[in-house]
Amino acid sequence: MTKSDLVSKVAERMSHVSKKDTEMIVNSVFESMSEALKRGDRIEIRGFGSFQVKLRESREGRNPKTGDIVSIPAKRTPFFKVGKELKERVNYKPGDGK
Amino acid sequence: MTKADIVESIYQKVGFSKKESAEIVELVFDLIKTTLENGEKVKISGFGNFVVRAKNSRKGRNPQTGDEIKLGARKVLTFKASQVLKNYLNS
Repeated sequence: MTKSDLVSKVAERMSHVSKKDTEMIVNSVFESMSEALKRGDRIEIRGFGSFQVKLRESREGRNPKTGDIVSIPAKRTPFFKVGKELKERVNYKPGDGK
Repeated sequence: MTKADIVESIYQKVGFSKKESAEIVELVFDLIKTTLENGEKVKISGFGNFVVRAKNSRKGRNPQTGDEIKLGARKVLTFKASQVLKNYLNS
């Protein structure tokens, strides 16, 4: 499922909101999440999971082609931790009694 | 940031009613969850991909007692952030 599939599915269920408006709102959901991470905020969506940015320290790496040592600068990387409910739902197998 | 903050920020950004924004935010996460539950991946361009991966069963150890235990095959959810998001966080 892509973002545009997601927009279509949301729009189907929101009969009183136009598809264009739905798209704008779905886009702003992910925009505001990106902005929160940029500010260094942690995002917690109950039943879904949490997102957090961690700092990766700078380190020395090697150019695999030439073998030259290159310095890799420190960078901020987003991490996702799946929530309990979704973790269980994803792992559910029909007939395993859960 | 929680779902309520996302709703607030949609209201600030696009001036949409909080009630409708809240409904849409709820639907967005519900639909993503249902899709992943069915084993289908979810790709949000500019943000990242959520993919369900199958893990084979393996032997593990109880770190407290050192006892060997069998961990069954399972499915886990992974998130890979898009290059756009990674660049944005470092810009």
